[in-house]
Amino acid sequence: MDFQLTKEQRLVQQTVRDFAEKEVAPLAQEIDQEGRFPRETVPKLAKLGLLGMMTDPKYGGGGVDSVSYTIAVEEVSKACATTGVLMSVNNSLVCHPLEKFGTESQKEQYLGPVARGERLGAFGLTEPGAGTDAGSQRSVAVKEGDEYIINGSKVFISNAEAAETFVIFVLTDPTAGARGISAFIVEREFPGFSVGKVEDKMGIRGNGAAELFFEDMAVPADNLLGQEGKGFKIAMGTLDGGRIGIASQAVGIAQAAMEESVKYSQEREQFGKAISKFQAIQWMLADMATEIAASRHLVRKAAYIKDSGKPYSVAAAMAKLMASDVAVRVTRDAIQVHGGYGYIKDYTVERLYRDAKITELYEGTSEVQRMVIAGSLLR
Amino acid sequence: MTGDVFIYAEQREGTIQKVAFELLGSGRKLADDLGVKLGAILIGSGVESMAQDLFAHGADTVYLADAPEVEHFLTLPYTRAACKIIEEYKPEIVVFPATHIGRDLAPRVAQRLYTGLTADCTGLDIDPESKLLVSTRPTFGGSLMAQIMCPEKRPQMSTCRPGVMKPIEPDTSRTGEVVKVDFESVDADMMVKFLEVVKEARKTVNLEEAKIIVAGGRGVGSENGFENIRQLAEVLGGEVGGSRVAVDNGWIAQDHQVGQTGKTVSPELYIACGISGSVQHRAGMMGSTVIVAINKDPTATIFKVADYGIVGDLHDIVPAMTQALKDMD
Amino acid sequence: MDIIVCIKQVPDTNDVRIDEKKGTLIREGVPSIINPDDKHAIEEALRIREKEGGKITILTMGPPQADDALRESLAMGADEAILLSDRAFAGSDTWATAYSIARAVNAIGKFDLIICGRQAIDGDTAQVGPQLAESLELPQVTYARKVEISGDKAVIERALEDGHETLETSLPAVITVIGDLNEPRYPTIKGIVTAYRDKEVGKMTAADLNADEAKIGLKGSPTQVKKTFVMVPKREGELIEGTAKEAAGTLIERLQDKNVLR
Repeated sequence: MDFQLTKEQRLVQQTVRDFAEKEVAPLAQEIDQEGRFPRETVPKLAKLGLLGMMTDPKYGGGGVDSVSYTIAVEEVSKACATTGVLMSVNNSLVCHPLEKFGTESQKEQYLGPVARGERLGAFGLTEPGAGTDAGSQRSVAVKEGDEYIINGSKVFISNAEAAETFVIFVLTDPTAGARGISAFIVEREFPGFSVGKVEDKMGIRGNGAAELFFEDMAVPADNLLGQEGKGFKIAMGTLDGGRIGIASQAVGIAQAAMEESVKYSQEREQFGKAISKFQAIQWMLADMATEIAASRHLVRKAAYIKDSGKPYSVAAAMAKLMASDVAVRVTRDAIQVHGGYGYIKDYTVERLYRDAKITELYEGTSEVQRMVIAGSLLR
Repeated sequence: MTGDVFIYAEQREGTIQKVAFELLGSGRKLADDLGVKLGAILIGSGVESMAQDLFAHGADTVYLADAPEVEHFLTLPYTRAACKIIEEYKPEIVVFPATHIGRDLAPRVAQRLYTGLTADCTGLDIDPESKLLVSTRPTFGGSLMAQIMCPEKRPQMSTCRPGVMKPIEPDTSRTGEVVKVDFESVDADMMVKFLEVVKEARKTVNLEEAKIIVAGGRGVGSENGFENIRQLAEVLGGEVGGSRVAVDNGWIAQDHQVGQTGKTVSPELYIACGISGSVQHRAGMMGSTVIVAINKDPTATIFKVADYGIVGDLHDIVPAMTQALKDMD
Repeated sequence: MDIIVCIKQVPDTNDVRIDEKKGTLIREGVPSIINPDDKHAIEEALRIREKEGGKITILTMGPPQADDALRESLAMGADEAILLSDRAFAGSDTWATAYSIARAVNAIGKFDLIICGRQAIDGDTAQVGPQLAESLELPQVTYARKVEISGDKAVIERALEDGHETLETSLPAVITVIGDLNEPRYPTIKGIVTAYRDKEVGKMTAADLNADEAKIGLKGSPTQVKKTFVMVPKREGELIEGTAKEAAGTLIERLQDKNVLR
């Protein structure tokens, strides 16, 4: 049993922290206020190798383990949660399925550019009628010769505003339910592909979440990812890894809120002394630190299990359930520590509270995580 | 002469630098403590006329290396000239300025002579018992002060931070001896060639020279808050300074920063407003003649170093001072 | 163009706290980093290599954990790294440090340029660069803020207090650089992986230096630290009371008495 990070992981942490403080954090407030996708940050993330961290170096990836990945997502999210999810989607939801399920030629054509950050990736599963019930897809692909003709739409797709390579899920056999779902790699340039309006959201306001529309979109049969009918399994397997990314994002948001609270409580004076001298504040800070530490352990443990090649769905679900819950609670208490100032947009904790909420919703709501966990108990 | 105290009198482009007089001020005290003479090393081309100014500021002897090849500062020929003077006249102590020239030259000289060199000192004293030079310098970013000695090797060498030592009142009737040193560079000294020097317009403030500084810190609270500080500085005819916190928060530009990572200042009056007085900040302003502290927190360290303290909100007190001074005019 | 970059691992002085009573540093939990000026030196070497080709060797003298600083340099893109580490070096002042590094440079052998950071944030001496140059009998240019290589010469802008001067030096030479020179790159993820999994850090001890034992470590150091202390506040001040207006008035009177107002 060893809770120490390796030297390699520590250097990843130090490097990404330094990068995030200097290059990511200064944009966070502006991105939030304007609801603007941080396009200028994408090439910087790419240069460091943060967009294909775990991908095999032969495709231009970094080749680090999942624990390093959780550390990097946490550090970037601590500076800016929008940028954190941008990174998480590209790594977990696009690079990962392309590498795991793609053919060699698909990897060369699609994985390389996405892992190197030349083309940003997005993941299209959710539909207006298929959220938590992801199996009830409506979008349909019909095979015609060596092409599939796809019609349908997706909603709330992170990165959609700027992404160029998409992994999408549609029905190839509408009579077979979830077993009729297949995964495809599609490009923004494909005729019949379009991106709808960018959603005006409560938090992570710059992540470019938008609708996707497919109108008689012709997709080469070679772009089928994995086998026909295996799409639902690919989606669920991919989301297991994605949950580790989102849980890391939640830990980063919570850590930022705690650090802001510690700093503010030592500066703010009431009744003639710093409010950090009051036990009411100290107890909130102590609870924050404890819950964040517990969340981080769960996140890293899930990553460790993944790295060791064992099933990690339940560990990932636990990590995300706990970390997202903690992120919401810690950011809420951070506002309490700040008092009225915490309710004002000039103070970071106001944004953190709004950003935290999404972690309980996307890549499986907290209720879905509980379903996964309970399912493993009641087999 | 053997056993004397020497300072390096920096001249640039034919102008003797103010720091040379500061070193003479400090060197005078060291020489008097040891009961020896104070010598000044002067290197340049056609610079003999500067000797009188050095005498007026306390030098007894000027050791002059005057040659065309040392018109501009170049490490290698200057090192040869300085080493020749030191080896021939065997001073006990040699103090260089911690300027871009001094910090280039002094280490080279110390390495060649195999003697100790203490960098960027803020205090030079003679230990009463051993009669050794005690060089005091800030270290670890100013968090800590260290006292360094060089017990065995000679001369004992230090570079001394500009703006810290006080020159003596110049006495133009003072005279001394100019000792001319034969000096010739060798070809190997000319591996570096001087091409040009460019002065860059200083739009910046000159805190080091200011007589009065009004400085703001965390307590100022914002960029707008500095307006109060500026107005008081203006009515006093002084400059505006800032602590690291104020600079890091972007309330005031970097070139106004006082402290270990900023400027070292020694005005006649330093008014610290909303500055807690971290050791890093104190390292930059303790040379001030009179220190005033204005702070809400009665326990702030700055009060311990202040001659006058006012506990209260700087945003009430500073404007009140500005107004009172305006009313007096 | 083969370049040796000399670096130092230092405690991040922004995080150093002091024990005011004992007058010592509290170094526990303080992260160690590559000295900031030295990062600019590494970056400049990488930029020169991009134009001129050649090999970059990073050299540091320090305790075994300075390996981390070397790995980070490798992750930034340096080719090789050497750790000069031995208990015999303990207590070295800048003279003995420069002497030891010079011996190590001689042991490495072939090089065209040595780049150092101007000064380290733990000591702020700025002495080791010039002292290394003297030990190697090489020309030096300090406070470099722009470096152009042309053939067997380098043209360098050297920062002055009120401007800059331009110097031309023959090579090999020792250059010390300041932060204005460039913006150091971040290590890449791939670079970090390579630095820890594929690269070796070379080791040197005092025995490898062919050095005069009397000139290394504490024994070879001319200077000695007599003591360290926290600067003690010195003044007994007067506290001025009253309303803002009253206090302002009293203060002005006091300052007039002291003759520090115009």
